[in-house]
Parts: sequence; C-alpha cells; structure tokens
Amino acid sequence: MLQGIERPLEERELAQLVAEAARTRWALEVAGSGSKRRIGRPMEISGVVTTRNLRGITLSEPSEQVISARSGTLLSAVEAELAKHNQYLACEPVDLGPMLGEAAGQTSIGGMVATNLSGARRIQRGAVRDQLLGLRAVNGRGEVFKWGGRVMKNVTGYDLCRTLAGSWGTLGIFSELTLRAIPRPEEVRTLVLMGLPDSIAVEVMCQALATPFEVSGTTHLQLALAQRLRLPVLTNSGTSVTALRIENFSPAVAYRAAKLKDLFVPYGDLIELDHGKSLAFWEELRQLSFLQGSVDPVWRISTAPKMGPRLVESIRRYRLCHAAYDWSGGLIWLEVPDAGDAGADDIRRVVATLGGHATLIRAEPSVRARVDVFPPLETAVQRLTNGIKQAFDPLNILNPGRMYPGQ
Amino acid sequence: MPLILQPEPNASVLRHRDMILHDLTQLAEPGTVQSQIEARRAFETDALTAYRCMPFAVLLPRTTEEVSRLLAYCNANEVKVVPRGAGTSLSGGALPTEDAVVLCLSRMSQLLEIDFDNRCARIEAGMTNQAISEAVGPDYFYAPDPSSQLACSIGGNIAMNSGGAHCLRYGVTTQNLLGVKLVLINGDVVEIGGSHLDSPGYDLLGLIVGSEGQLGVVTEATVRILRKAEGARPLLMGFNSSEAAGACVSSIIASGVMPVAIEFMDRPAIKVCEDFAHAGYPLDVEAMLIIEVEGSEKEIENQINLIVGMSLQHEPTVTRISKSEAESAAIWKGRKSAFGAVGRISDYVCMDGTIPLSTLSETLTVIARICSEAGFQVANIFHAGDGNLHPLILYNANTPGELERVEHCGAEILKHCVAVGGCLTGEHGVGIEKRDLMPLQFTPIDLQQQMQLKTVFDPHWLLNPSKVFPLDGRKAA
Repeated sequence: MLQGIERPLEERELAQLVAEAARTRWALEVAGSGSKRRIGRPMEISGVVTTRNLRGITLSEPSEQVISARSGTLLSAVEAELAKHNQYLACEPVDLGPMLGEAAGQTSIGGMVATNLSGARRIQRGAVRDQLLGLRAVNGRGEVFKWGGRVMKNVTGYDLCRTLAGSWGTLGIFSELTLRAIPRPEEVRTLVLMGLPDSIAVEVMCQALATPFEVSGTTHLQLALAQRLRLPVLTNSGTSVTALRIENFSPAVAYRAAKLKDLFVPYGDLIELDHGKSLAFWEELRQLSFLQGSVDPVWRISTAPKMGPRLVESIRRYRLCHAAYDWSGGLIWLEVPDAGDAGADDIRRVVATLGGHATLIRAEPSVRARVDVFPPLETAVQRLTNGIKQAFDPLNILNPGRMYPGQ
Repeated sequence: MPLILQPEPNASVLRHRDMILHDLTQLAEPGTVQSQIEARRAFETDALTAYRCMPFAVLLPRTTEEVSRLLAYCNANEVKVVPRGAGTSLSGGALPTEDAVVLCLSRMSQLLEIDFDNRCARIEAGMTNQAISEAVGPDYFYAPDPSSQLACSIGGNIAMNSGGAHCLRYGVTTQNLLGVKLVLINGDVVEIGGSHLDSPGYDLLGLIVGSEGQLGVVTEATVRILRKAEGARPLLMGFNSSEAAGACVSSIIASGVMPVAIEFMDRPAIKVCEDFAHAGYPLDVEAMLIIEVEGSEKEIENQINLIVGMSLQHEPTVTRISKSEAESAAIWKGRKSAFGAVGRISDYVCMDGTIPLSTLSETLTVIARICSEAGFQVANIFHAGDGNLHPLILYNANTPGELERVEHCGAEILKHCVAVGGCLTGEHGVGIEKRDLMPLQFTPIDLQQQMQLKTVFDPHWLLNPSKVFPLDGRKAA
C-alpha cells in the first residue's frame, strides 16, 4: 500500500507502484527532486512518487555525444559528466529552483524533460525536447514503455519523446532518458547594449539573429529586473540591459564580435563581456536571477519575437509589470507585482489577441487554484489533449489536474 | 509474391464505389475528384516502385475547407484516405489501397507569407521543399534538405520528419517547423503552433511530425527560415578503407569542430555517382567523405585546417578542398543525385537504418557480408555525421523471386542496426516497407502505446491505412 512518499529504486518497482495505484485508483503526485512542485494547479493526491532514488548515469559516449541516465539523476551530475569531455546540453535548461525559493542545482533530468523549459540557446540549438533521443517510462497503467534510443536520427514510429517532453508528469513517469550533447565552444563573448527601450532592443536582437554570425543568446531586461543582476558592470549603469552572445572558436568569435559591434554601435553604449564574465552572466540568467528575491507572480509567455514589446505594452495598460525578454523577444518572463488573479484575465486576453501562450510559473497556491495555470486550449485541441491523456493514463492517476481541471 | 501483404479491401466500400464517387463529387469543387483510370494510374505507387495498387479515386483539393468536407465525408462513410504530397516516399508511405481515395495536396502549393522579422514563412503543404528556399532566398533558407528536395513537398516532409545532409547542423523537419493547420479525419480544422516557439499543453506539433499522415492532413505549415552563412565549402577525402573513413568521422565529431554535413560513399557508390555527375570524385579509393563547413572565409579556412590536421592520423589518400562555387555545386550534385544515378544502372532498394557511430566499421562489414551471401551488390551512401545509413542493394526486378530475396536482405541489415543500438528508419519513415519489422524495435506495449494515440486522432483507422504498424496491431490497441 502506498504510504506518503514512495522512492522506488528500480524501474520495475516504479512500475509495480503505479500498477498498484491504478488498481486502487490512488492519485499520485509525480516528482523528480521536487524543485518545481510549486508549479501547476494544486492537486488532490493520495501519495507521492519520486524518482529521487532512480539515479546514475547508464551510458556515456562522448565520441557520439550521447549520454543516458536514470531519470532522477541530477542535471548537475549529468552536466559534470559531460564537462569531463568538454561537452554540454545545448538547450541550456533554466533552473526554476531559486526563483521559487528553493536551492539552485536541484533539478533532475526527469524534471527537466517533463517541463521542457529551455534557456537562451533554444533559438539556435533547439529546445529540451530536441535533445531527447530516447526514453523509458511507466504509463498510468503501470506498464513500462520506451521510445527512441541513442541515435541522432530516428523516425521509427510516432514521436513519443516530443509528446512526453513538457507533459509535466501527467502522461508517464520517466525511468531513463538519453540525451544529445554538443561540444562546448572554445570561447564565449557577450555584447551588451545599455538603456535601450523594449521595442528597439527587440529590433536589435532580431537584427542580430538575421546576421550570419550565429548569435546564440539574445536577451533584454527592463531596468527593474536588470537591477537584480549580480554582475556589477551591468547593474551600475542603472539602465535596461540588452545582451547578445557569440560562441565559437576564438578567431571566429573575435571576427563576429567585431562585425556585430559595427552593426550596433549606432544604438548607444555598448560594452563587451569577456569569456569569464559571459559564462557568469549567462549562468545567472539560467537561474533567472532577475526574478529572485521576490514573491510576486511570474508568467512565462511565448509569442512571435516582434510581437513581444507590443504584448508587454498592452498588458502594462492594465497593470504594473516588469519584463525580461529572451529568444529575441519571443519569450517573456513577466513579473506582475499584484495580488488578486496575478493579472490572469488581462494577460490571457492580450495574449489571445496578439498570439502566443502564457503559463503562470510563480503564484500562491490559492491563486493557482483559481486561475488557469496552463494556457486554455481551443475545443478541438482540448479534445485531442484529453484523448492523449486517456491513452497514457486512462484512470487519471498521474498528476491529476496539474495542467487542466479534471485530468 | 512480395513479402509485404496488404489487407483485404473493405467490400462494402468497393460495392458502393459509384455512390461514394457521386457524393464526393457533390462535395468537392469541379475537377477535384478524379476517377478515370488514366488519372488514377499516376497515383498507384510512390518512390517504392516495387509496390503498386490502384486507388478507387484521387482527390485533388484546392483549399483547407475542401479537404475538411472531403475528410468528414470519408470518416462518416468509413472510406480510407491516403494523404499524398509529391509521392517521393521511399518507404511506400503514399501507397494506396484498393478501397482508399488518395488525397493529393499538389494543387495547394502557394507561398502564403514570408515574415523575415520573425524568421518564418507560411506555406501550403503541397509546396516543394526547394521552392521554400528559393522563395526566401538569397539571404535566407529552409534548412532540411532531403535529396528529393526538388520534388518533395513540405507536407510529405512533415509526415516523415525528413532530414537530409545538412541536418547534422540544422536539425530535421521537427526542429524547423513552428506550426501547422491540420485537418482531422472528422473535418475539424485545428491550428497548432504559429510563429512562436513551443506549444501550450502537450506538444501536438511534435507528435504530428513523423506520424506519416496517420493523425490528420496538414494543409498549411509555418516553417523557420534561417539566415545563410557567409560562405560554405565542401572538401573531399578519400581513404583506403571504409574503416579509416569511419574512424575519421568519429574523430571529427569528438573534436568539437561542427561541420554542417559529413557524407560517406563507398567505392561502388563513388563510381556510379561520378559516372553520372562528373563531380571529380576520386575513383581509386575505397571510401570517400564529403565534409562541408560554413562561415566567413577565415572561419572556413580555420575549420578546414583543423579537420585536415585531425584526418592525418587516419591516412587519407586524397584530400581535395573545393576551390570554386562550381566545384562545390558539382560535389553536391554527385551526392544528391546518388539514388537517381544508381537507378540508371540497376533496380535497387534503398535502406535507411541509423546506428551508433561507434559501430560503423562493424556495420559496414555486416552489410557487405549479408549482401554478398545473398549474391547482391551494394552501394553505401550515408549521412555519416549522424549514423544514418543508406545501403542501396542492387537487384533485377524482372527476375522472379529477386524482390523477395532483396527485401529479406534489407530486413537482415535493419535487424543488425537495431541489434547494435540503432533504429529501423532514420528519415524515410516506416511506411509499408518496415511495418512488419516494427516488433524488432518495439515491445507489444511500446507499439500499443503508439497505436492508442492513433485511435485518439482517427478512431476508425482510416488515415493512411496499413502503414507503420503490423496489420494485426489495431486489435491490440
């Protein structure tokens, strides 16, 4: 019988637990290391299953740029193994722990894939889901299934890797994941423009991505959020911050940085962060340092890049908010210093009009119980979504109601 | 008799053919429904030409609304539908059945919008892959580049999650697609994704890409367009053994240099392609690599120097760096026309397994053994950077029994790919060709999980019937 928190040690034990829960119709909260438990709709559950004890790297093939690990393995452990071979995960997954009041570095790879929250390099190298080559998981019937493998190209059957990535533990519980890595670049440099208004910043970022110089990070922080950055050279200026990242072999970085500088000097004060400072800057962005030290509600909004500033401006007409843009304007982290519904009505209305989707990442449980945390879906898509949930978890026992009411 | 069987047609549908044709004609715009035998003949096969079957009608709609009306009718009357783009599938992905209508998107090939600001383009699904790059050029391009890009449609690319030589750097279709307009079998039109990244809720777009036309019919797509590099240059390297070429690929991948493409050809493939394209390939080597790098002039030189330096330990007998645009074009023409070139000299089946790179030498030895034991010649051409093999097994279609033997031989090769940790198909799809091999890679539960998704989208299993899953599978789902 399930009691409190279950920590299976093996995939088989995990499958047995879920099969038993299915027999008894016990609803399970699915957690990795638990660093993102405060996201989603509050759930009514009978027990918790964590993959915390499903740990360990099971395959490391640096010459093929492939790594497999059991799902509860900490992302930091996977990254440390890859670093030995001068490799990393291209998708630069964000660490939500610190902005939710948890410690940094607690994310498991299962949690990383289940939430599909990619970082700055997503625009150039793909999302978390795009690094996922293979998976083993347990569905809501307690059955073990797999998809994919360890090879880069695979179109054998329907793509369950992408289907399960970003499903927030509602379709299955991962037991093992295989990920693609890439070589670390020899050098990283960052160009930073100070004091740009949002619309000009997005123009700069889009222009940078329209060059052939493989800009791998584009971010813009409004003053209120830029002030929370840790790198003094950026906070001292007392202005907004717009950053462009270049990564490659050193001669290429030097060449590309010079070309980009020529292009963007007319836009105002421009400083350059060297390799060390660049690594520090993008690492703190990964930990969303600009959202830490506050408990105000935070939304994550995806839209067409050029629509970003207009979307933020439209929301600001209704309420105070602070924005940080990533993906050249296509991803917005929006902090809404306001109680009530966390601005849900206004934000949903504006996003519905201008295109894209919004997810409530940080809010009190009472707010998350009242408003839609995940974007409402149109009828036909909701019907398909319900069907997919049924196909994996017919008894609705895996994270029931975390994404959508009633499932 | 070929090894791959088709199920018994639905007798009721065949019996009511005239009525169904009449109804479809009423629902469709003039000219959409083609029922004459001459018109249907062009659709009886795709690029897997060993298999043919006349559909009972061909539908050539012009709008999403028309597709919606036609699908809703087919769903209500349990008429099977085989969606088709340009018919270039090498796995029989567009092979009709006798009791099916072919729904061909070739008349829906318009460019709808280019949005350079947001780096995307919206097109109709019948537009060809190459036409997208032409439309957004010369500064931008659409990245996936299957060898059939001149003819193949974006709808077909989405169905098969097509790749190509340059996906080593730029990813396959799924990484380059932002949204689709999808018509479900019940006629519902669903917009999935758009000009933004990543989905709200489950990743339906990720599921639809590569679902081989079995979950819905894509009528429009929003694709990412990328800025072209400042320059690109291929180099050729010849080796005395396939093993040395394979080891060189592993060294390059492990080193951190990221070429945009690494292609491999063995001696028979080099000869056939050189005879066809006159690309200046070396004819006295056992294996050849085409490696392409991109960047500014200096960056290209730097990367080429690194690659050439690294290759020395593998003792290449020929190293030739392209010196002109014309030479680069010739080098790629040879590679991209490989299938056609082989087709000039013989019938062939083109396999499409993927393997872990570390098993490359072993796999080449196994392929050679399997083919020689069966008495077939084989030419190996593949995307070496990501381990995607295309052994072309040559045979004579007019010799009774040879097709069966060559299919058996291909199946043995794919079994080996799975056994060493690879998969049945890297970019051509399962289609009918590999349908019956699926249990090699998947357990019954693995397959059931996928088939349950099929049922969610298409409860009567009408879309692209008898592909992907073994024929007895549906009962299990």
